[in-house]
Amino acid sequence: MEKERVLSIRDLAISFKTSNGIVNAIRGVRLDLFRGETIAIVGESGSGKSVTVKAIMGILSGNGFVNDGSIIFNYTDENGEKVSQDLLKLSNREMQHKICGKHIAMVFQDPMTSLNPTMTIGKQIMEGMMYHYKVSKAEAYKKAVELLEEVGITDPEKRMKNYPHQLSGGMRQRVVIAIALACDPDILICDEPTTALDVTIQAKILELIKEIQAKKNISVIYITHDLGVVAKVADYVAVMYAGKIIEKGSVDEIFYDPRHPYTWGLLSSMPDVNTNEEVLYTIPGTPPNLLNKVEGDAFAVRNEYALNIDFRLEPPMFNVGGKHRVSSWLLHEDAPKVEMPLTLRHRIDNMLKEDE
Amino acid sequence: MSNQDTVFLKDDFQLAHRKDLYIDKVYENQSFWKDVAARLKENKGALVGLVCIVIIILLAVLAPMLSEYTINGVNVAHQSLPPKVPGLEQLGIFNGMSRGVDVYAKKGVEGIYYLFGTDELGRDLWLRTWSGTRVSLIIAAAAVAVDMIIGMTYGLISGYFGGKVDMVMQRIVEIINSIPTLVIATLMLIVLKPGIVPILFVLILTGWIGMSRVARAQMLKLKEQEYVLASKTLGAGNLRIIFKDILPNIIGQLIIMSMFSIPNAIFMETTLSFIGLGIPAPNVSLGVLISDGFKSFTVAPFMTLIPAVVLAVLMLSFNLLADGLKEALDPTMKEM
Amino acid sequence: MTKYVLKRVAISAVTLLVILFVLYLMLEFMPGTPFNDEKLTDAQRLIIETKYGLNRPFLVRFVDYVVMMLRGDLGVSYSIQKNMPISQMLDARLWVSIRLGLQAIIVGVPVGIVLGIVSALKKNTWIDTLTSVFAVLGVSIPNFLFAMLFILLFSKTLNWLPSIFMLQKPFVSSIMPTIALSLFSIAQIARFTRSEMVDVLGSEYMLLAQSKGLSRPILIFRHALRNTLIPVITVMAPLIVGVMTGSLVIEKMFSIPGIGQLLTMGIQANDYNVVMACAFIYSLLYVIVMFAVDLLYGVIDPRIRLVKGGTNE
Repeated sequence: MEKERVLSIRDLAISFKTSNGIVNAIRGVRLDLFRGETIAIVGESGSGKSVTVKAIMGILSGNGFVNDGSIIFNYTDENGEKVSQDLLKLSNREMQHKICGKHIAMVFQDPMTSLNPTMTIGKQIMEGMMYHYKVSKAEAYKKAVELLEEVGITDPEKRMKNYPHQLSGGMRQRVVIAIALACDPDILICDEPTTALDVTIQAKILELIKEIQAKKNISVIYITHDLGVVAKVADYVAVMYAGKIIEKGSVDEIFYDPRHPYTWGLLSSMPDVNTNEEVLYTIPGTPPNLLNKVEGDAFAVRNEYALNIDFRLEPPMFNVGGKHRVSSWLLHEDAPKVEMPLTLRHRIDNMLKEDE
Repeated sequence: MSNQDTVFLKDDFQLAHRKDLYIDKVYENQSFWKDVAARLKENKGALVGLVCIVIIILLAVLAPMLSEYTINGVNVAHQSLPPKVPGLEQLGIFNGMSRGVDVYAKKGVEGIYYLFGTDELGRDLWLRTWSGTRVSLIIAAAAVAVDMIIGMTYGLISGYFGGKVDMVMQRIVEIINSIPTLVIATLMLIVLKPGIVPILFVLILTGWIGMSRVARAQMLKLKEQEYVLASKTLGAGNLRIIFKDILPNIIGQLIIMSMFSIPNAIFMETTLSFIGLGIPAPNVSLGVLISDGFKSFTVAPFMTLIPAVVLAVLMLSFNLLADGLKEALDPTMKEM
Repeated sequence: MTKYVLKRVAISAVTLLVILFVLYLMLEFMPGTPFNDEKLTDAQRLIIETKYGLNRPFLVRFVDYVVMMLRGDLGVSYSIQKNMPISQMLDARLWVSIRLGLQAIIVGVPVGIVLGIVSALKKNTWIDTLTSVFAVLGVSIPNFLFAMLFILLFSKTLNWLPSIFMLQKPFVSSIMPTIALSLFSIAQIARFTRSEMVDVLGSEYMLLAQSKGLSRPILIFRHALRNTLIPVITVMAPLIVGVMTGSLVIEKMFSIPGIGQLLTMGIQANDYNVVMACAFIYSLLYVIVMFAVDLLYGVIDPRIRLVKGGTNE
């Protein structure tokens, strides 16, 4: 069966006007999302992952503007008609009215700050449906209680009347998820949904999102820097660096056969119980300042495998088979054959062995 | 970028082996305070405020020193002369005219220039205004000192030790804060002789409350931080943690707070003086001048307006500077 | 909530007691009060002491004093209007002052809030700049300067409004004092509201509300406004102090027969009883207002109203 493409981002470029000058935060992003699947966007802070999803939601901050590209969203509207719409062509008002909350919903990072402290949980869940679908209060109430039950909150009727400060962090995040699900969206964007939570609750929340996704057949975009989360939830992974996707592929391709030196670095710096290295690997240096124009490969200055050309020209996307795409000159036919660091090789071999 | 058009150089596909690889790049080698200064310079309001404060301080220090008159040098022949400034008089302002009459000519004192005019007793208002400004500046300095010494320490201690200490200290603050400053000021004025001393006492009693709250709140925020814990495990004493580890991180907020308390203190003095509770003669303050001048407000408004404008400019400058500092120290840059 | 109210009541009561204690101490030990006038002979002093019960234990006298003050018996004036009960002198004045203060707050608070909100919504536009300039002028320029300019302009030059308060025409003649008194409140509230609103608008929960696809009016009125106004209540206390202090000056300038004027007169005439009474009334008013503000805070902010009920996962 042909997979249904829900979202396709092409050549997205976004800049921010700041007091220090123009920051080119996103520099040509291409990404596809299919129905029922999960894509994880991975990267350090400042790599542009949050900006990308904010662009999808149309909630870029005032000084940000889209230079180029398209975000095509395919959905079925209220009249049952299939619509294919470039979200970047919609006005703020149309975005707000037609898309946000209704078809694309978002779960934010910190449940402690993402709920309105002076409004009851119930109101915050009901509000979206009552606004978008003009359902009656009673109907909205019924659905909100169901939603709370669905996201695993006990005694939902009582919780409806609670204020956010009366709930624990994990419960609040469940409420945030319930809010996101209120209008049955096609896409759920999760912006580091578990980083602010206790480790024990993290797993539960991820499990919950997975369950709901399977049940409602929605597509999920995770943005995270936690590769552990990625391994648990994602079908596809896109690694972002300095406003570009530098490697993407299925979760197996990225974890078992990484090709980009930055991905190697990321995977090496992940703590692991099976290996007994004394020192955890860290990627040298810091992400580039995007105020400056990037010459060549943005990662070159931090890359011990950098080629001379990396300092001169930006690498294109090389197709390495399957869904796997890598933007690194190392994949060019003339490039010297460079292997991933030995420790990482061992690690992956160990993982593969375990899986067998 | 299309692959075909790319022209490759000979050494393109050799490993670069750059030596600078592991050096973490620091974007701008700027210290925090340099950064603050740079941002402050960008803020026009704050700059104007700063310049005005400097000018006012200079005038307050120098003008009385250089004056040929004395503060209480009564000169009946020179009563109620309007301002007359050399140079400006040709422009039709500050020309010694009042209601179309050249008062200087009428009194036969041509050739003399009173920049701010004289009061009902013929005393030079230029001298008196700047002498009065000194009082306001002393009070400003006292307000900052009280904030920094009492307020800061009180807040830091209350926040740091927490528990019962904090509870008791906060109840005390609540009670002091529940007594209007005005009442405390009146009581002080009754106990002590009117003058600058009771005003300083009022500041000592109540001026630090706001500061102590900010210091406490900041302390509560910071004391649970890991680096404080680290310092504790390394055996640092309480004093060291409070003043060496925590204070440097919150001093910015505290400076802003003390800047904002300056206009309040100056305003309090002026208000008390204005209702006749201020600095007694022979000393002057801006409040006293305004209050004295107000008696002949309808005939000679300049006597009130000039010190009032100086006062307003002073307060405005401190507010602008404080606003600028606040923005410079705390640039909540939600730019991305 | 009950606990919160009880706590506030207790704090208010303690405060009032502390104030009364300080006042009483001053009354007893201050030079120049009738009880320790040095010109009295020992015999005369004894008579006075017996008459006023000064030979009884200190604590008993203090309790008496508290009861007396709370019953509204504030003693008699002994130099402004000899032997006139102060409560009688205060009677009419109190309402004039309260009326002026209320007018200033009723004008000041809403105007300040609206200015602050508009300024925050139009952040970094000319409207914002204009409001900010006005606000910084408002908090910097003493109210008597405004009052003077008003008098010069509206009374002396244009002759529209009287420069002196008249009991016969309380409204017209209180327009200028009210505005002069409220400018500070307007400016301060506008500044505070703006910065709170800017913070709220930039908060995560506003982003979440926005991501729900709600319209802008709903976002502002349903989500932002309440969260902005709660902290604004906290500035009410300093504001009321400002109005009280301001009223001293304003009452003097416009010859308004309020308690501020009486206090000034009392101090200038060394009429301590009057001063003490005025100080007590000011404190009482302030304590009452603070109590009301705290209650309001508790009612509006669910975080204070509902401290219990949290559960952990």
